[in-house]
Parts: sequence; C-alpha cells; structure tokens
Amino acid sequence: MGIFDRFKEKVSSAVQSTSDALGFTKLKDGLSKTRDTFLSRIQGVLGVGRKIDAQLLTQLEEILITADIGFDTSEQIINSVRERVKKEGHENAEEVFDILKDELLKILIQSPSAHNDAVYNINPDRKPHTILVVGVNGVGKTTTIGKLAYNYKNAGRSVVIGAADTFRAAANEQLEIWADRAGVQIVQQKHGADPAAVAYDTVNSAISRDLDVVIIDTAGRLHNKMNLMAELDKISRVIKKLKPEGPEDVYLVLDATTGQNAIQQAKEFMKVSPITGIVLTKLDGTAKGGVVIPIAAELKIPVRYIGVGEKIDDLQLFSPTAFIDALFGE
Amino acid sequence: MFENLQDKLEHALKRFRGQATISEENIDEALREIRRALIEADVNLNVTNKFVEDVKAKAIGTEVKGKLLPEQLIVKIVHEELVELLGSKQSDIQFSSHPPTVIMVAGLQGSGKTTFCAKLAKNLRKKGRQPLLVACDVHRPAAIEQLKQLGQTINLPVFATEEKNPVKIASDAIIYAKKFARDVVIIDTAGRLTIDQEMMKEVQDISNAVNPNETLFVCDAMIGQDAVTTAKAFHEILSLTGVVLTKLDGDTRGGAALSVMNVVGKPVKFVGTGEKVDALEPFHPERIASRILGMGDILTLVEKAEQQLDEDQAKKLEQKIKKNEFSFEDFLEQLRTIRKMGSLKDLLGLIPGMDKAMRNVSIDDNAFNKVEAVILSMTKFERENPKLLNGSRRKRIADGSGTTVQDVNRLIKQFDDMTKMMKNVSRGGKSRFLKSFGLPQNLGM
Ligand SMILES: Nc1nc2c(ncn2[C@@H]2O[C@H](COP(=O)(O)OP(=O)(O)OP(=O)(O)O)[C@@H](O)[C@H]2O)c(=O)[nH]1
Ligand SMILES: [Mg+2]
Repeated sequence: MGIFDRFKEKVSSAVQSTSDALGFTKLKDGLSKTRDTFLSRIQGVLGVGRKIDAQLLTQLEEILITADIGFDTSEQIINSVRERVKKEGHENAEEVFDILKDELLKILIQSPSAHNDAVYNINPDRKPHTILVVGVNGVGKTTTIGKLAYNYKNAGRSVVIGAADTFRAAANEQLEIWADRAGVQIVQQKHGADPAAVAYDTVNSAISRDLDVVIIDTAGRLHNKMNLMAELDKISRVIKKLKPEGPEDVYLVLDATTGQNAIQQAKEFMKVSPITGIVLTKLDGTAKGGVVIPIAAELKIPVRYIGVGEKIDDLQLFSPTAFIDALFGE
Repeated sequence: MFENLQDKLEHALKRFRGQATISEENIDEALREIRRALIEADVNLNVTNKFVEDVKAKAIGTEVKGKLLPEQLIVKIVHEELVELLGSKQSDIQFSSHPPTVIMVAGLQGSGKTTFCAKLAKNLRKKGRQPLLVACDVHRPAAIEQLKQLGQTINLPVFATEEKNPVKIASDAIIYAKKFARDVVIIDTAGRLTIDQEMMKEVQDISNAVNPNETLFVCDAMIGQDAVTTAKAFHEILSLTGVVLTKLDGDTRGGAALSVMNVVGKPVKFVGTGEKVDALEPFHPERIASRILGMGDILTLVEKAEQQLDEDQAKKLEQKIKKNEFSFEDFLEQLRTIRKMGSLKDLLGLIPGMDKAMRNVSIDDNAFNKVEAVILSMTKFERENPKLLNGSRRKRIADGSGTTVQDVNRLIKQFDDMTKMMKNVSRGGKSRFLKSFGLPQNLGM
C-alpha cells in the first residue's frame, strides 16, 4: 500500500500549494471529495496482487473515457502505458498507477500550465494588464471575472471590469453585483451597445486612472457563429488601438461538464485571438473536465485557473497534479 | 470537422466487399468505429457499450443485398437503432384539465433554463395559452432581473417578489395565477450541482409545494460523459417528465441526448437553437441520430431550405446545376436566400462531406456584402456567363465594386469550387436537388 500513501501525500501537498498560492487555507469540498473516491476506485482496478493484463488496461482506458478525455487521447495514453509496462518490465497492477499519472502529467506539463506562479504579478511599465474573457454561452465567464477581480484585488492590484456583454438580458446587472462584491470598478453602457466601444472605454479609463488590471467580460457566443466571432475580433482590435500589445491575456472559459465539443471551441476561439489560458469552471460538480487533456495534447493551451464553487473566493490556480488526481474520482 | 462514420466504415469494411453476409469476423473493426463515433459524440460509455452490443447482435447474419454496400447497411442499422432509442415520436406539453398547468424547469448552472422558460412561454402563448413566468432563482446575481427583462421582451407577466424563499415564491405564484386566470405557470429555478445537497433539497421542496404537471430537465447539448450522473440525480429527486436540449445551434454532435434519455426514459420535448426567444424547436430523433453519427443534421437543412425555396425554384435550380448553367445570377439569389436561413458556414456544415469539400474555401458571412457588391458590378451577361470574366473585366468589376482584383479572383474561384461541389452532390441524388443530400438516398432506401 506504500504507493497509495505516497500518492495521498503528493496530492495534499499539490493542493496545499495551490491554496497557499492564493492565501486560502481551506480546501474546497469538491476537490477533496473527488480525491477520496479516486483512491477507492483506482484501488478497485489496480488492486494489490492483481497482475497487469489487457483487461486491466481496458478498464483504465474506460475510466479515462468517462472523464471526457476522449476516444483517441485515451487510447494513446493507454498505448504509452502499455509500452512502458513492457519496456520497464512491470507486472503488478499497483505499478501502473504511477505510470498512468505520469503519462497524464506529461501531457499537461508540456503546455506551460505548470509554471503558474507569476499570474498576479504585472509589469508596472506595461499597465494596464488587459484580460479578455471569452467562451460559449453559460460556461461561467461573468462569475469567473468576479472571482478573478477579487484575486487581483487581494494581490494588491487595482482593477476595472468592462461589461462588454451588452447582449444577454441583465448581464450588466449581474456583473455589477460581482464588481461590487470584489470591490472593484466597472465600466458599462446600456444594453445593446457596441461591445467594442465598452472595451475601449474600459481600457481608456484604466489608462487615465493608472489602474493595474482591466478585465473585459464578453457575451457568450457559440464558436460556429461567424458574425459573433468577428465581433470578438473587433474587440481585440479596438483594445490594440489604445494598447498595441494588448490584450495581454485572452482566457477561454470552459465548463467542466462539456464533452468533446470543447476541443472544437478551443480551436475556433484560437483562430480569432491567441488564447493564453483556459479557465476550467464548475469542477466542484461531478464532471471531471477531462477534455482539457486532449486540448493540452493537441493544442498546447495551458489551463490557468479552475472554478470550484459559486463564491467569490472559489477560483484557484490550476495544479496539474491535483487535477489529475481529481480526474478519476467518482 | 468530423469524419463521417460512413467514410470510416467504408475503410474498415473494404476488405469484405463482396461477402454475402455480415459476420462476426468482418464486423469487429466496424464496431470499433461505431464505438469511437459514439464516444466522440459524447454518448455515455456504458450506453455506448450496450448500444454496440445490440448493433452487433442485429447486424450479424444480415444479408448484404441489393445495391447496399456493407458499410451502408451497417450505418443503416445503426441509424435506425439510434432513432428508435431516441424515441420515434415527439411529445408535447401535457396540459392539466384543472388549470393552471404547472411546468417546472431544472438543471445545471448555465444550461439555458431561464432562456428556455421565456421561449416556452412565448411558444405557448402563440398556441392560445396565458402563461405566467415565475422567477425562483434567488441565488444567482441578477437572475430575477434576467427573467423580468425577458418577460418584457415577449410581453408576458413575470411573477417576482422580494421574497427570499423560492418555495414560497412558487406557491404564491400559483395563487396569483389562479386569481388572474393565467392557465400555465412556468417556474424558472436556480442552476445547481447534483452534489449540492442543500440545493437539491430546495428544488425538491419547490416541486413538492407546487406539484408540477411537467418537470423538464434542461440540458446543454454540449455536455459530456457526466450527462448520465447529472440526469439521474435530477430524475431521482424530481421525477422528470421530459428533457430540453439547448444550444443545438452549435456544432456539438449531441450524444448527450442518448445518454440522458437512457436514464430518464422520457422524451426530449424541445430543443433550443439560438439565443433569441423564438429559437425553440420540436425534437426530431432522426436528425439527432444523424448528428451523433457525424452525418450532418441534414434534415434541418432541408427543412430550412424548404421554408425558403419553393418547389419550382428548387427544380429549376437542379436542372441548371445538371446542365452546368448555374450562374452568378443564381449564386446571388442563393446567397440571399441562404442568408435568410442563418450563417453560411453553419448551413454548409450541415451537409455530409461538405466540411471536407469546404475546408479550403473560406466563407465569411461579413464578406457577403463584398460578394454582393462584386456580383452587382458584373453585367447581366457576365453573370450568366462567368467564363467570360477575363483580366480586364475583372479589373473593371473590382473598380466598380470598390474591391480589389484579388477579391474578385477569390470570389470567382469560390464560385467555381461551389459549382463543382454542387454537381458532385447532385449527381448522387435521385429526386429533388435538396433531397439528394439526404440520408435515405445515401442508404439507397
Ligand atoms: N446559442 C444558444 N444559446 C443559448 C441557448 N439557450 C440559452 N442560451 C444562452 O446560454 C446562456 C445561459 O442561458 P441561461 O438561460 O441564462 O441559463 P440558465 O440555465 O438559466 O443559467 P443559470 O440560471 O445561471 O443557471 C445565455 O447566454 C443564453 O443566452 C440556445 O439554445 N442556443
Ligand atoms: Mg437562470
């Protein structure tokens, strides 16, 4: 059982460092819950005394698939595991455990998501740091922005939020409440206004008031809608008028419940503006968000943050290890 | 976007061409492809495994006869099986004989509940009902305001109070509805995670208090493997009477439909196909089946097109394409018609195999105005005879339309590609031009 103890240790330290980075002492229920069941379930497959065989690998592959990792990527991962088992001469089921984790980690770490330490630092010469937040409908953009603003604020930065979702009913009102909770300023226009104009106003006001960070909310849009994607392009272009190197960050918000379509989403949003990171939301639920694995494998986009609840302090820095551990949970 | 299942099966079964029956040995690779297609479409793993077993049982021993190739036969079996599982009939809202009919809506955060409530209200009013919308999401910031604003847009009353207890709001709304003769009450609830016990109890309490005639589970069509877990949890607590799939205007394959129905055992009553309040449609199992298999939601295209094109027009067009007479004049007319149906790329994406054909042809809806300008700068004669468009004519057209020669060249290239493609597509067809894209013809049925 040494392996599981060691593993437990690793998980807690990874999770701990994540929370520490944000100054959080409490461990989120969602993550800890999945962590516990992970152990029992994986123990079920990789039981002591069991030998590695084809059936075992199939079972593992199925666990990967049910975590939304997808057919091809799951198959590739298991193929690598199989090869390593052969090459390194493993026989006992327990030994597969570290190999599997290692293979998954490799995929996540090859994108720069492992180096997440400097996120709340900004370059004082290049203020304001502008962040554009994009994604399909209903993934949690607005909530994420509230939390992100709060985190920046806690890190001692001055923040202004731009309400460039001028389309959805009551989007302004919703964002206003979040700005209020985070204790940051908001720039908005009336419902139906040109979103690019709102973005412009926001960056402009940040420049004139010498603020550190601009976070722009955008309306949810399905990635196959040309005109809506063009609108996003326009927002970036308008930001560049004020700040040629902006937006410094474009975060794509993905809902952890989303299946394989998330890959398509990432591909299409990338075409409009370079995505600097993914925010994976709703990880406090039963969904695993495993689709970020094929996204990392194929598109090399790092995951930056995870959303683990509806409260303002429920946005955490992404830790590949903690994430992989949670992946296998019940 | 996705490779069609039929293409993959063709590959898998090539070696077995000419064999008279489908046997255990020649079907294995094909089953693998089916399994992959379903998993890529987000059908739950267990549902997939069971489905593949069923298809295997059905397929083995089947004679390959007539014009059907083995892969076509298997796709046919798979498609039929899917349609059957998805329910061959669509079912409407069941109204109570003692009004008001109470419809409760529940689901995960961001799945589209509030928007759906407004869409449903509008839809039922059109059918002569007097709906009342009820705002029970006391949790998400500005959720009540959102429903109020939607109510204003569709000009229907929204029951919203300062009350913090959603159970009380819902009960009060029923009393209100009775008093003011609203015969349908649509209750919007907060989004919730199934592991949030407090919130699950809340929605159960609302349900117990109002005893709904319909409890609809609103599910994002893009949901992955978790669909089953989530649907099961909601069903256990609320005894769902139906499912609503939202955001089908995206390009998701929508395998969740199968997973959810498998758990809930109740029909999908509506699908959401847009953000606007009238983007609500009935569920068509055969279309989702084609979508899941990556064969395009062809019937939707046909239907959309049929709404816009009349029979005569379609026949004329078919003739023209056959005779190689499709001109810029027709192109312009088609573009204008298609524009009325939605984004060009969306529409083309609905056609099986079109993705591949269109990969190198970029279609930007915003470029449409430019395209129109270019075509309008051609003389009528040029439009009817695109072959005539030499360098000097192209230059003149570019100047006249305020575009560049490159723009004109690109359009002419696009036009050529398109006519070629249309010819290919229409070659396979038997009957009408648009029908010739259809699955039934592909399968030789
Ligand atoms: N494209 C598209 N967008 C949709 C559809 N249905 C809803 N939406 C959008 O999805 C987002 C979420 O919709 P809501 O109706 O607010 O979802 P909800 O389930 O009420 O969300 P919460 O109350 O926050 O849990 C909004 O941006 C809607 O405009 C649909 O069928 N197609
Ligand atoms: Mg809502």
